[in-house]
Amino acid sequence: MSFVTTLGKLFRTTAVKLTLVYLAVFTALLVGLILYISTTAGDLLDRQLRETIDAEIRGLSEQYRSSGLRGLVNAVERRSVAPGASLYLITDFAGNRIAGNIDSLEQSSLSTPDGEARPVQYTRLVGPDEEASKPRRALVRVFVLPGGFRLLVGRDMEERFEFRAIILQASQWALLAAIVLGLVSFLAVSRRVLKRIDAISEASNLIVAGDLESRLPMVGTGDEFDRLSGSLNAMLDRIEQLHDGLSRVSDNIAHDLKTPLTRLRMQAEVALSQADSEEALREALQATMEESQGLIRTFDALLMIARAEAGSARVTKVSVDLAQVALDVAELYEPVAEEAGVELTVDVPDDAIVQANRELVGQAIANLIDNAIKHGGNERESARVSVTLTPDPARVAVTVTDNGPGIPAEDRDRVTGRFVRLEASRTTPGSGLGLSLVEAIANVHKGRLELGDAGPGLKATLVFPRLGTQLPSER
Amino acid sequence: MRILLIEDDSDAAGFLARGLKEAGHVVDLARDGDSGAELAHVNEYDVLVIDRMLPGRDGLSIVEERRTANDPTPILILSALGQVDDRVKGLRSGGDDYLAKPYAFSELLARVEALARRPKPAQAETLYRVGDLELDRLSHTVSRAGQPIPLQPREFRLLEYLMRHAGQVVTRTMLLENVWDYHFDPQTNVIDVHVSRLRAKIDKEFDRQLLHTVRGAGYVIRDDAR
Repeated sequence: MSFVTTLGKLFRTTAVKLTLVYLAVFTALLVGLILYISTTAGDLLDRQLRETIDAEIRGLSEQYRSSGLRGLVNAVERRSVAPGASLYLITDFAGNRIAGNIDSLEQSSLSTPDGEARPVQYTRLVGPDEEASKPRRALVRVFVLPGGFRLLVGRDMEERFEFRAIILQASQWALLAAIVLGLVSFLAVSRRVLKRIDAISEASNLIVAGDLESRLPMVGTGDEFDRLSGSLNAMLDRIEQLHDGLSRVSDNIAHDLKTPLTRLRMQAEVALSQADSEEALREALQATMEESQGLIRTFDALLMIARAEAGSARVTKVSVDLAQVALDVAELYEPVAEEAGVELTVDVPDDAIVQANRELVGQAIANLIDNAIKHGGNERESARVSVTLTPDPARVAVTVTDNGPGIPAEDRDRVTGRFVRLEASRTTPGSGLGLSLVEAIANVHKGRLELGDAGPGLKATLVFPRLGTQLPSER
Repeated sequence: MRILLIEDDSDAAGFLARGLKEAGHVVDLARDGDSGAELAHVNEYDVLVIDRMLPGRDGLSIVEERRTANDPTPILILSALGQVDDRVKGLRSGGDDYLAKPYAFSELLARVEALARRPKPAQAETLYRVGDLELDRLSHTVSRAGQPIPLQPREFRLLEYLMRHAGQVVTRTMLLENVWDYHFDPQTNVIDVHVSRLRAKIDKEFDRQLLHTVRGAGYVIRDDAR
């Protein structure tokens, strides 16, 4: 990347735009502050000068009143030689100098004694060994003494101008330094920011290009970029998971739905070529219909799982009494259990209100009871299935246990996968979607399915969080 | 019965129209939303069967239009969207029943006939009678030939639904939806077991069978002797 494009990119970033705005505001503030300081300081000095001049004039006219012109001239001559910025001049009515330390002065200033201190140009009286002084500026006040004499008292202002110049110069340097430092530090910061953003966008480009396993870089400082990358990575994890799920589903559909479809086709083919009576044709058609019914059922389950896994946002949830749902579903299955010689017991206390979708929860519990009735029991005794419900303030658990062979611990994670059927259950009817549907429904409700050992048998627990609570993470 | 079928898929429409005609109904067929809405507006039908996704206009909007026009004709909505929430939306917009694709024709026919003869709530009878079987909704009692038959509450509701639709085919799904209020698929033949238990109570000790299984479709309660 060339420097120019880097710079161009830099100026398009928010950081740089903000920097420039800050700099402008900061500079304006600084300039305002300096102007304020210098004008108020100048005013203060002015006032001090005028007060000093007034005080001296008061003192000197006192002197004149008490000891006459002689005394005044003495006092002025004494003060004139003292080092400092004070200026004095006594002239006669014609303007000739009698005493003082001013060499020359604009003529007009002496002829207009108005009692106000005014700025004038003057040159100072110098000793014989000194260089002739340049014209300087001063603040002077002229006072007319009785007898046409004029008394001029003033203060040199050059110091004040120097002071102002120093302040101005210092402020200029300060301003310059502030701008330069600000620019440099902000450039450095935004370059760093830009680098992080570049890294993130580079990584996302990789991901967009199809590398779903790659993740956004994290430095580990825990700053806002790390947090952003962290949440984006979490999102990518979820997307990858869904993507994997999707490809798994398509694989499974391809594999597991093809089998019944092939069977369907074969039945139709055999019926067409071999069935010689209407009765045989009728039977073949009946079988075909049943087979397609099974296919539709499997498809519905798959769609439901996919929908449930796509997220809970689209599933309507209302306050549902899980105890009532469990009772209803158990009641629905009761005759089936009785017919199969299965002992079905239900123990559900009240107070099991959760936010849920009654249909989905009912389906989940139905699947668990259905499984238990089908796979419970063993050679020695008939199946015993129990449905229990344990409500506590944070969660409600619906447990279905049986006394069948159970699921070996190493298979428990696996059985919730789609189309997974354990060897022992190959001979019973079913699609292998039951438990994955249950798990998907649990996920929609931010709950989970726990499989455990009922010793002997399977203990399947559906855990639902209560309103406003979250289940603690299991793993 | 006169039935208006609004369905754009020509295979499905032809198949449905033929089936309904064979079942003895008069069928008008509309292939798009606009002409369907027009027909529904001009003619009087016993049942409207409306596909949800139509060219021209949405099926649900026709349903809403009929209801806004105070047309009480029962409406069955057909849709590829079969999830519970879709059903709720369809029923809320004014549909009386909802059938998700793919469906069996027997299911559709049973639902259409059930809709057409649906008693209005105000005229709901308190006593149902099929042959010598009587169900009293007020006293919650069932008797056959004067002999009381004790039933569980759910069995009572099951019989009540069957008797309300006496002479019509009632499918398993209709029973699950109307008696248990569930729209899911209970995998095992649970409804069959419930019905056979009910049959054991009302038919077993009597010489004439009232509760019949209709192969590939569902059940019907009727007195054949009449």
